[in-house]
Amino acid sequence: MVLQRTPLFPMHQKYKGNLIDFGGWELPVEYEGIIAEHKTVRSKAGIFDVSHMGEVEVTGERALEYLNNLLTNDFTGMEIGQIRYSPMCYEHGGVVDDLMVCKFSPTRYFLVINAANTKKDVDWMQKQAFAQGVAITNVSDRFAEIALQGPLAQEILQPLCDADLAAIKYYYFLPKAKVGGVDCILSRTGYTGEDGFEIYTPPAAACSVWEAILNDGGDRVAPCGLGARDTLRLEAKMPLYGHELDKDITPLEAGLGRFVKLDKPSFIGKEALAKQKAEGLQRKLMEFEMLGRGVPREGYEVEKKGVRIGHVTSGGYFPTLDKKLGLCLIKSEFAEAGGEIEIIIRKKSVKARLGKGLFYKRAKK
Amino acid sequence: MMTTEIKEGLYYSLEHEWVRVDGEQATIGITDFAQHHLGDIVFVELPDLDGDFEAGSSIGVIESVKAVSDMHTPVSGSVVAVNEGLEEAPESLNNDPYEEHIAVLKMSDKTELEKLMNSKEYAAYCEKEE
Repeated sequence: MVLQRTPLFPMHQKYKGNLIDFGGWELPVEYEGIIAEHKTVRSKAGIFDVSHMGEVEVTGERALEYLNNLLTNDFTGMEIGQIRYSPMCYEHGGVVDDLMVCKFSPTRYFLVINAANTKKDVDWMQKQAFAQGVAITNVSDRFAEIALQGPLAQEILQPLCDADLAAIKYYYFLPKAKVGGVDCILSRTGYTGEDGFEIYTPPAAACSVWEAILNDGGDRVAPCGLGARDTLRLEAKMPLYGHELDKDITPLEAGLGRFVKLDKPSFIGKEALAKQKAEGLQRKLMEFEMLGRGVPREGYEVEKKGVRIGHVTSGGYFPTLDKKLGLCLIKSEFAEAGGEIEIIIRKKSVKARLGKGLFYKRAKK
Repeated sequence: MMTTEIKEGLYYSLEHEWVRVDGEQATIGITDFAQHHLGDIVFVELPDLDGDFEAGSSIGVIESVKAVSDMHTPVSGSVVAVNEGLEEAPESLNNDPYEEHIAVLKMSDKTELEKLMNSKEYAAYCEKEE
């Protein structure tokens, strides 16, 4: 298979990224090293090429009605320039994808979806479209995307930007801002647990924005790969499709009930999710910390006194906390903080403890 | 291209392990090339003392942030010592791969060393692997 390249590919070559096949995209897993990049984002700032993410426009008179039916969150009452996160479910309550909805106007919304799900999502969205009053357009080819993340993100970006960044609140965006002289969509969002911005640029201008940030940022910012993106998101306990969410896992099981508005008159998956809530959850996503020696990883079995109770959805070593933590989806009867479980690592049973608040939270300003 | 450090006087395997020979004893570890490709090492599982291993078999596990890899022994023998310090400080394999060994084996067949590469051969091999 021929790997797809993002518009920022020349930058990965220039900055000597270690390139891998990431779901069909040729992207850097690391530059300097995952742990070094992880720490840079927590202490200063890092930039990531996330151009592989998909973008979809939903337009038309019935756009809001359509989104409220398609997604589990409620988009009524959103301000222009506001962003809301939502799972997108099947009728049976399993998840098609999780995404961000950016409101440009009452008849125009911009959705950001997971790269590997782009085709599946767009097909699903089109299948759910009304005959009239709404149009769904895959606009992924029109955008490159750069994420600038870290406590110094604002101070680095401000001199390059014509807008007052301090005025952009978390989960808000500007439909048109200049960054390094280039027209961009600029949002205060991210996937690292730090403050930061995501910058959607025209593909041809992506490299110049990347270079402007690196040149201006100097030693306050470094290019980061997908390896650090994953350790950062997980250290901050942010879910990843295919791990914490999937077609066989509902948002309620994944602990995302606050994004499922069962008081809406109807939406795809409502019946199944309402039933699941009424009957009580069979499984829950829980945090755990290793007590014995070993690194927990996706797919490892979880046992309680030798009996299988679930599996690890994501896990690893986390540099900021210097701990080995994971998330597991286990039978609800065992889902209690403080409870001891066993993680099966290479056929050996290693002790771990379920907990709450084990993951990273940045200090509030 | 990255530069990889290769020490003279050691034997090397195709799987990027080194062997330092002292009489009947073989000290084994991973090369600079190996640690660089693994990335940040966060966990090492060492072999049991007195364990007997065939050349090419797995004697332990090295985990980096991104991957889990088996550590193989290039020679057959029984384990007489392990580098316990790696349990507390696995990252020292990144920092000093030729000083930080994995284990010491009492070799059962010294002729196996003839199948391994010398430093010059290994340097050429690494260039091809890049």
